[in-house]
Amino acid sequence: MAQTKVIALTGNQAAAEAMRQINFDVAAVYPISPQTELMGFFAEYVANGEVDTEMVAVDGEHSALATCIGAAAAGARTITASAGPGIAYMVENMYVASGMRVPMVLLDVNRALSAPLSIHCDHADSMLTRDTSWISIFSENAQEAYHNIIMAVKISEKAMYPIIVNYDGYIVSHSIEDVEILDDQTVREFVGPSGLHRIPYPLLDVDKPVTYGATAQPDYYTECKYQQHVDFLKVYDIVREVFDEFGEITGKKYDFIEEYKTDDAEYIGISMGSSFGTLKDAVDRLREQGKKVGAVKIRLFRPFPVKELAKALSKAKGVAVLDRADSFDGIGGPLFKDVATSLIQNENRPYLHNFIYGLGGREVHEEEFIKAFERLERLEKGIDTRENFVEYLQVRE
Amino acid sequence: MAYGEWKLKAWHEIPIGSIVPEAGSSKVNHTGSWRMLRPVLNTDKCTHCLICWIFCPDDSIPVTPQERFETDFDYCKGCGICAVECPYDALEMVPEMDIKLKELEEELG
Repeated sequence: MAQTKVIALTGNQAAAEAMRQINFDVAAVYPISPQTELMGFFAEYVANGEVDTEMVAVDGEHSALATCIGAAAAGARTITASAGPGIAYMVENMYVASGMRVPMVLLDVNRALSAPLSIHCDHADSMLTRDTSWISIFSENAQEAYHNIIMAVKISEKAMYPIIVNYDGYIVSHSIEDVEILDDQTVREFVGPSGLHRIPYPLLDVDKPVTYGATAQPDYYTECKYQQHVDFLKVYDIVREVFDEFGEITGKKYDFIEEYKTDDAEYIGISMGSSFGTLKDAVDRLREQGKKVGAVKIRLFRPFPVKELAKALSKAKGVAVLDRADSFDGIGGPLFKDVATSLIQNENRPYLHNFIYGLGGREVHEEEFIKAFERLERLEKGIDTRENFVEYLQVRE
Repeated sequence: MAYGEWKLKAWHEIPIGSIVPEAGSSKVNHTGSWRMLRPVLNTDKCTHCLICWIFCPDDSIPVTPQERFETDFDYCKGCGICAVECPYDALEMVPEMDIKLKELEEELG
């Protein structure tokens, strides 16, 4: 088992530490809270010569991703990071990166979208990236963010798809926790050396010139997208493989989802990111009262863990999907729709209800999740009635 | 291989990321078929200064250091930059349709 040492780090410091150990070839940087600090920490490593990274300060997030696309297509191991509106500004180029199948890592330090302006955490930014065919992984805490970044490099390069590692702005990015750090050698051996061998068509291989980003007319576009579709479904196995390999080296075994006391649970809450700890506390308190409740965390958000979730929820009577973003569409939050769709083929479908919480950095407490569980139970038993699938959990009346 | 002679590839035959691995593939597509206006050269006015060759964005004007030849209409899209830049008014933009109709009339007698 690999050597580790425990250090007190914020989420951003842990992410910068992972970036230092991986020693990316290129990092495109543009500041936006709560991500700015992360690249600030990393800039120190660059300035001190602790990494070989070419750090490119660009004029905006759209350019940051364009820089990464060029560098990654050329064969460089590449990273950028952003948050909230910065992610929104990147989205056009996100489709370009995944369509061209260039591997790279994007750290999304989750932040709300304007207006009203909020620099604090919710998942609206990440939900913008749902359909971009980027692999997307959520981190509950600084430890997971650190591990996810290391695994992300390998997943991305094996799948030839770009990857997003999400961690909650401020709640994770600026809070100090104990983080188990692997030794540099272990990380470097795990991700493997950088170089042109990692990609099939390096743009700067002058002996074999290729065109990236050519036009596809109506006679080709469908075939290009179908190939992207088929290959994206192969990502499940690749993620599993990398998770397993990482588990063997570090002893930390990850899965697409994390289940907590779900075996005999009648009511299950589902969340992503930092709120899962609070959700588990809520489950513990309800268990003390004799309620059979459980919790599920989504770690792999794209591609969505349809089969794993369908199995985990197959015996539940009711499921509360806790969305940290709204879709404003009369159906429910983004996660709710994904969960509901995952259950289509289940014989016994649980009663589903959607709660929106934690918008724009609103703190969430056990009491609120307990209220959600209680409301779910009353709805499922027919004691309460509902007008809609979706309701807000924390609104002042 | 000329335009229209190849077989369309199936989805699994397309290189990853829709990359085009053959160099010089722009020669295959005869983009001159897009042309609405044709630059007609007045050889009496042309001084072979080659300014049109410098400006042509599609590299469609074949030249030697001494001479400008007829535009390569396989690739000329009819943008008209050559006609604007020509200091001797030696190029006139004529609707492609007029030329095509005239050719057809001559062919049919």
